[in-house]
Amino acid sequence: MIDVEGVSKSFGETKALVGVDMSVPAGFVEGLLGPNGAGKTTLVRILATLLAPDAGRARISGIDVRTDPNTVRSLIGLAGQYAAVDERLTGRENLVMVGRLYRLRAKLAKVRADESLERLGLVEAADRPVKTYSGGMRRRLDLGASLVGRPQVLILDEPTTGLDPRTRLDMWSFIRDLVAEGTTVLLTTQYLEEVDQLANHSIVIDRGVVIASGTSDELKARVGTDLIEMELSAAELDRTTAALRGIGCGTPIIKRANSHITIPTCVPVPDLMAAVRILDNAGTVPVSLGLRQPSLDDVFLALTGRSTDDDGPSTTTPTSPQPARSPA
Amino acid sequence: MTGVSPIPASQPEGLTTIEPIRLPRSAIFVDAAVIARRNLIGIARTPQLLVFATIQPILFVLLFRYVFGGAIDVPGVSYVDYLIPGIIVQTVVFGATSTAVGLSEDMSKGIIDRFRSLPMSRSAVLGGRTIADLVRNVFVVLLMIAVGTAVGFRFHNGFLPAVAAVFVALLLGYCLSWVFAFIGLTVADPESAQLAGFLPIFPLVFASSVFTSIQSMPGWLQAFAKVQPITRAADTVRALTQGGPVAANLIWTLLWSITILAVFAPLAVRRYRHG
Repeated sequence: MIDVEGVSKSFGETKALVGVDMSVPAGFVEGLLGPNGAGKTTLVRILATLLAPDAGRARISGIDVRTDPNTVRSLIGLAGQYAAVDERLTGRENLVMVGRLYRLRAKLAKVRADESLERLGLVEAADRPVKTYSGGMRRRLDLGASLVGRPQVLILDEPTTGLDPRTRLDMWSFIRDLVAEGTTVLLTTQYLEEVDQLANHSIVIDRGVVIASGTSDELKARVGTDLIEMELSAAELDRTTAALRGIGCGTPIIKRANSHITIPTCVPVPDLMAAVRILDNAGTVPVSLGLRQPSLDDVFLALTGRSTDDDGPSTTTPTSPQPARSPA
Repeated sequence: MTGVSPIPASQPEGLTTIEPIRLPRSAIFVDAAVIARRNLIGIARTPQLLVFATIQPILFVLLFRYVFGGAIDVPGVSYVDYLIPGIIVQTVVFGATSTAVGLSEDMSKGIIDRFRSLPMSRSAVLGGRTIADLVRNVFVVLLMIAVGTAVGFRFHNGFLPAVAAVFVALLLGYCLSWVFAFIGLTVADPESAQLAGFLPIFPLVFASSVFTSIQSMPGWLQAFAKVQPITRAADTVRALTQGGPVAANLIWTLLWSITILAVFAPLAVRRYRHG
């Protein structure tokens, strides 16, 4: 449904994308992961016909974005982090306008606008100017606008960046509903949790290059281990770290800021039991102690040696455990 | 933690043959009307902008009618009848600069990406903007005629020439809107657009016959003032509302308008497409 072959794009000296390949079957949710400046938005803009690639080919439903942009435009919906709605119009006026520009007749545009408003829970606010909307409402309206054309392919550029946890969960559920109806989705995000929750398959992009791809489980397997994570009282941190030396199969990551120790382990249960015995003998009772699968933050650290937030805002998500990301 | 299982690779593509779509010829008109409507709603919902846009020419009318007017000598007609045709032209020209501000506002926001990702006519964003600004100019011109009438201005040349006068002024304003569309698409932000719009307009409006006869200007300035479009338009509106020879000025005004449109509309559309 979305086919990207060897797409490159430079802005002056900056190589935003270098030979990117991606293939998304119909009905799939493809995650596009990477920190700020990785090239995600450039790829989105190419697929949305806003930018022409320097090299390579990008197609939606077999239609080349460069040679037949208008057909592509009629097939896609674009929603993003910058709510692309007119502040002075009401929510309904915005949606009817976009419907008309999708080449719908006036009557149908009104019907679709009503459907979208209903679907995104904006019926009560429908006739208020958008400037009175909250950030979350604007983002929902933006998603609604991309739906009035009933797109086969939905391109979501960081749809939940900057949203509060509650609204993020709402957005996730809207996206799930759309997928259930057969929409193909390209989901760009810095929130690794989002891919875990929504995507069938993901590619990880860094500095314009695809550095990994797979299901989120496969990506996590790249770290090769589970993680033992514990929180201690600050006073016990150094003593306990020393005592635990020898446990696990990698370098423990110590986070002084919140007194966390994260230990990669190749044999999770025996290592966890060993750690418990050591703690017990020392009379140390951790504030918390557990075994967890690596998050995609850990994966990014393992793939690039850099944390995802080296050059961007925080990537922690409301529902994920605090990821370990200090340099090992 | 994973809430989604991968769909097996054998999932059928479900591809139906996609018919390439071709924008109908009517697309430019339909889309420009949709965009113009959107812009007009925007203008109507920001009344403070409309108030500022109308207060300024009203102040000019009062200033020149009652403060400077007594010191300005114009041949043949009373000063108020000389002034208001000039003010009408000044108003449409200033009104046209708002095209630059409005477009650069759009360009600096996400909405332009929305428009560009829709199967709509490429020129409609510009067409809709200039049409909306034309409608606004109609409103402001009618208001200025009302204000002018209140301070003593009269049409002395009959109804149809008066209508023609308004039409000529609005035509020049519309064509100039495309200059400002180009400027609005070229500068970085709305503030710069405001400034970049006014810079070329000031010498054109003041070194013209808008407020006073160009006979009183030094020779070099007169040479410029005589040929430039604003003088031509002001003299045309004056002749059409007050009587006197029209043809030469009218032809010059129409030539100027069409030339400006023919040069700047393609430039602006090109800039929008490649911007």
